[in-house]
Amino acid sequence: MSVTFPPPADAGNVIKLAILAVGGQGGGVLGGWIETLARAQGYAVQATSVAGVAQRTGATIYYLEMAPAGPVAPVFSLAPAAGDVDVMIAAEMMEAGRAILRGFVTPDRTTLIASTHRALAVSEKMVPGDGIANADEVRAAAEVAARGLVLADFEAAALKAGSVISASLFGALAGSGALPFPVEAFEAAIRSSGKGVEPSLRAFAAGREAALAGNVPAPVAPLPRAPGSARGPEKLTKRWQALTDRVSTLPAAVRPMALAGLRKVVDFQDLAYGASYLDRLETAARTDHGTDNAFTIAAAKYLANAMTYDDVIRVADAKTRPERLDRIRAEMGGAEVMQLTEFTHPRAEEVVSLLPRALGQAIMDRPRLLGFIDRRVNKGRRLRTDRLLPFLQLHMLASMRSWRPRSLRHAEETAHLDRWFATALDRAPRDLALATATLQARRLVKGYSDTHARGLGKFDRVMEGIAMVEGRDDAADWARRLITSALQDEEGVALDGTLQTIRSFLA
Amino acid sequence: MAERSFKAEVADLRKGAGETFTGEGILAITKALLENGVGYVGGYQGAPISHLMDVLADAEDLLKELDVRFEANASEAAAAAMLAASVHYPIRGAVTFKGPVGVNVASDALANLASSGVTGGALIIVGEDYGEGSSIMQERSHAFAMKSQFWLLDPRPNLPSIVKAVGDGFALSEASNTPVMLMVRIRACHVTGQFQTRDNQRPPLSVREALAKPQRNVSRIVLPPMSYAQEHDKINNRWPAAERYIRDHQLNERFGPEAAPVGIVCQGGMYNGVIRALQRLGLADLYGNTQVPIYCLNVTYPLLPDEFSAFCAGKEAVLVVEEGQPEFLEQAFATMMLRSGSSTRLHGKDIFPMAGEYTGQVMKDSLETFLRQHAPNLLPAQVLAPNTEAPAIPDLSKTVPIRPPGFCTGCPERPIFAAMKLVQKELGEHQISADIGCHLFASLPPFNIGGATMGYGLGPASNAAFDGGKAGGAEKRSIAVIGDGGFWHNGLSSSFGNMAFNKSDGVAVIVDNYYSAATGGQDVMSSRAKNPTKATNNPISKALRGIGIDWVKQVDRTYDVAGMRDILREALTTDTPGPKVIVASSECMLNKQRREKPLRSAAIREGRRVEAPRFGVDEAVCTGDHACIRLSGCPSLSLKKLDDPLRDDPVASIDTSCVGCGNCGEVAEAAVLCPSFYEARVIHNPSALERRLNGWRQGLIGWLAKRRQSRRLSFEESAA
Repeated sequence: MSVTFPPPADAGNVIKLAILAVGGQGGGVLGGWIETLARAQGYAVQATSVAGVAQRTGATIYYLEMAPAGPVAPVFSLAPAAGDVDVMIAAEMMEAGRAILRGFVTPDRTTLIASTHRALAVSEKMVPGDGIANADEVRAAAEVAARGLVLADFEAAALKAGSVISASLFGALAGSGALPFPVEAFEAAIRSSGKGVEPSLRAFAAGREAALAGNVPAPVAPLPRAPGSARGPEKLTKRWQALTDRVSTLPAAVRPMALAGLRKVVDFQDLAYGASYLDRLETAARTDHGTDNAFTIAAAKYLANAMTYDDVIRVADAKTRPERLDRIRAEMGGAEVMQLTEFTHPRAEEVVSLLPRALGQAIMDRPRLLGFIDRRVNKGRRLRTDRLLPFLQLHMLASMRSWRPRSLRHAEETAHLDRWFATALDRAPRDLALATATLQARRLVKGYSDTHARGLGKFDRVMEGIAMVEGRDDAADWARRLITSALQDEEGVALDGTLQTIRSFLA
Repeated sequence: MAERSFKAEVADLRKGAGETFTGEGILAITKALLENGVGYVGGYQGAPISHLMDVLADAEDLLKELDVRFEANASEAAAAAMLAASVHYPIRGAVTFKGPVGVNVASDALANLASSGVTGGALIIVGEDYGEGSSIMQERSHAFAMKSQFWLLDPRPNLPSIVKAVGDGFALSEASNTPVMLMVRIRACHVTGQFQTRDNQRPPLSVREALAKPQRNVSRIVLPPMSYAQEHDKINNRWPAAERYIRDHQLNERFGPEAAPVGIVCQGGMYNGVIRALQRLGLADLYGNTQVPIYCLNVTYPLLPDEFSAFCAGKEAVLVVEEGQPEFLEQAFATMMLRSGSSTRLHGKDIFPMAGEYTGQVMKDSLETFLRQHAPNLLPAQVLAPNTEAPAIPDLSKTVPIRPPGFCTGCPERPIFAAMKLVQKELGEHQISADIGCHLFASLPPFNIGGATMGYGLGPASNAAFDGGKAGGAEKRSIAVIGDGGFWHNGLSSSFGNMAFNKSDGVAVIVDNYYSAATGGQDVMSSRAKNPTKATNNPISKALRGIGIDWVKQVDRTYDVAGMRDILREALTTDTPGPKVIVASSECMLNKQRREKPLRSAAIREGRRVEAPRFGVDEAVCTGDHACIRLSGCPSLSLKKLDDPLRDDPVASIDTSCVGCGNCGEVAEAAVLCPSFYEARVIHNPSALERRLNGWRQGLIGWLAKRRQSRRLSFEESAA
């Protein structure tokens, strides 16, 4: 019991350090190293954590306080407080965002050390479109909120060293200079743990170097790769040259997309098909009366995607390319012997749609016959494509490419494409922005079997919605809104909402 | 095998007088039990005291040496019931579980124990799982102490205080013949620090010796008329005895100056938070020297009116810092003040928020409000009128996604719920209840399965109203999900006994991952591991048949999504009367990896043939619809943006953390998704024949592929 009235308090010289990590990132290991380090350096340390269920892929927090040890034990807090954290280590970019959001990063005191890599949350991944959160916003906020900022991809640094991110972040902490301890003391802490010491030390060094390099600028989004030249028999490369010459007659802004599209279309089928792509694209270019070529660029992109629909032949082709095997082998660490299993599940529709148009349609119109075929075809098939026979199966399927234009699927896809493209062309003179959005709706058609059917369904509903708003000044805005909402969830709940809104103001 | 091994730390438990212990709060408690001559220990795992059970399990040799009996009890009720040994015998016993759920489960035994009263010290160590990261409903164990009349310790959250509380608890229990609950908050369980150790003590009377000389005392049996007498004994004898002990041994602490216009009364567990807030307000230093007097309640029940009124004397106002609701302490103090006619103002929940954790910010704001009201001259000028405006930080609340817990990479439960999602696509949505355990993560995206959790082992019981199912004229049956941990904890009797007895038509899925996985991978009765001190390898299906449930389907590989789906469909559509139970068994991947990874690395090093599977996605084939993710949510199945101007949406991508469980392929197949998944099985140390065969195959395949390539135009690979 203290009876003296102490002088005005000084709560200084405590270092408060928090680690925000995703379960499984080794935040506990990192906390342990820091604790060992500080104790060895003559500090009184306290560490706490809230593990619980959060350790299973959830966000977890570790918290440490330290102060030079004296005769009396300091009273440390067990939880970080907003505005009262000296060092914040975030083991992932959105966790850095969470730390800022929770007020743990403040300009007067906090050194923020964060890894710029992303471990996507389920909510970001499950969206049918692009649901990935915007890391640039977090970066911008970090620049305002932190007193000192150390940003780099510490995950990549650790992986390169054959270790885990806890080690590279420990290196970043050393490099940041936020703790008054020498590098050797950090390394000693890793050594004293006795587990995976060498890889950890390598990752530590990599992390420290990245931190010393300073605030690593945001990676500039890579420009669309300059379309490389085509290789192949001279006869073909000459004709390819002719097609690329046609691309050069298009407006400059359109050319990169047109070339990428042309490449994709030719790669999918052949040069003649590429020529028909350019025919359509040139029609779009002639119709485009805008100043920014947006309509033609959208046409270049979505015509290519629509023309290269996902059929069995394309899949078989993609899976039997020579460079694919090399790529997988490299990804798996350059293994000499590797078994490769493909998971496929064809349905009767996929098989029948490869038949000649008339025959295929005749079968499609007979549900019992289709059911008969489906019972024989429709099952999961695993192909060991490292073996000769299964590989040959796919190889032969891929060689049906030349047959493709006569197939039922091709007829259906072409008809669908023509209807959609004609609609867009038709709208262009009256409302170019709406026509562009009409082209962009094609983004909704993707996937295989059920997914593809659902995508088509959404596409149809969006097209109906666009038709409803046509003629209004804000038609293009609504069209874009329809597309965005269609990409938000699987069942199209958000899309229904948007359609409902449109109906309500039209009524 | 538990998630974390404490074999190394157990050595610290042998430390003797004058040595320094460095480590976690939970370990410190274990050491304190041994220093205080405990005769038996038990408990049930759960955050945040799982590690305490794991430490005890790893320390069994030491416990044997000291003649201490250890039980991994079947439930918290069983653990609390074990304290019956201290009713008639002068043996110190301690059990541990999480609060308040564990206290709820144990309440029957606790109430009887409290009524009987104890001879030997009885300590219930409760890990208070409250606030950030808590896995349970937010409630206070305090109410149980009040209703059953046992004492509640809430020590300051540092190792010396917690260790001291263990000794105080035993002594208080014996001095007042009352069980004592020692409450340790989640962060205090995991807090690290140091304390000076003492020698371990053998129990003066061991349970082994007690068995040889049985004792009984009729007055301690909870039956009328003794139970009437016990209530009076609690009030007339045990309570005053406890008060005396607490006062005489100064279990509660006073800090700061004697005379001051204001004071703070806090729970022991809140002390560090209070000091930190005072430090930030410039009213305390790093070592806890405070300008505001603090009355720190290391014992939060019973309260001592005389101590409290002495603290209030001469103060204009006091603030009660009491986390959680209802505000039991504040109400008790208010009654005391009203009765004594005190003129001191009482503050508490009028300033602090009624609900929610007392975070650093809440604590600082509330203390500041209180001091501004009653002692503004204590506050430094900078607090009273801060002269710097904090810069505006961009709002990220719309940017940062929430990150709820989910199934681990390769979890065998994922395919069960993928199958359930597929069945519901065929047969429509069903009424689904869940239990406690990892499987409850299925209630979150991407599965969104299950809407209720009523308690451990109560999943199927919570569907009892729907048990009529089709037999009762409904169109569909209800589905209940329960884990193996829940099954053995309480499920067999409360859920499956209930289903069998009431001729339920419902479907129950038992997720059997070989462990009590969510609490850290402890063994349960049906675990496949050989455990030298526990009876394992008792199949769940055998237990079900034993209580008359005959429609039991055993699935031994949950990753077979199509198979899982078919069995679920059968259970939902069969005409067989009675409960339909599916036991879906596959080993917890976290535990499996921990077990197998070192063995696999050793085998590779030693040149033995090892197959290492991993999955991949052909990005040229993936269309970026993410249907696979909506049936998975696996951390290793993520997205990647391609630098292809023709692509709008990111494609699926599998990172190096993939353990090759097979779920991706099975789901793609069962749900007819897309052909982009492949499994690459790397063969380490292949045989010479295998190598040669592979060489020929790859040669031919390569030749075929390249031959075609040479006859067409080729561009560099279209996607990077």
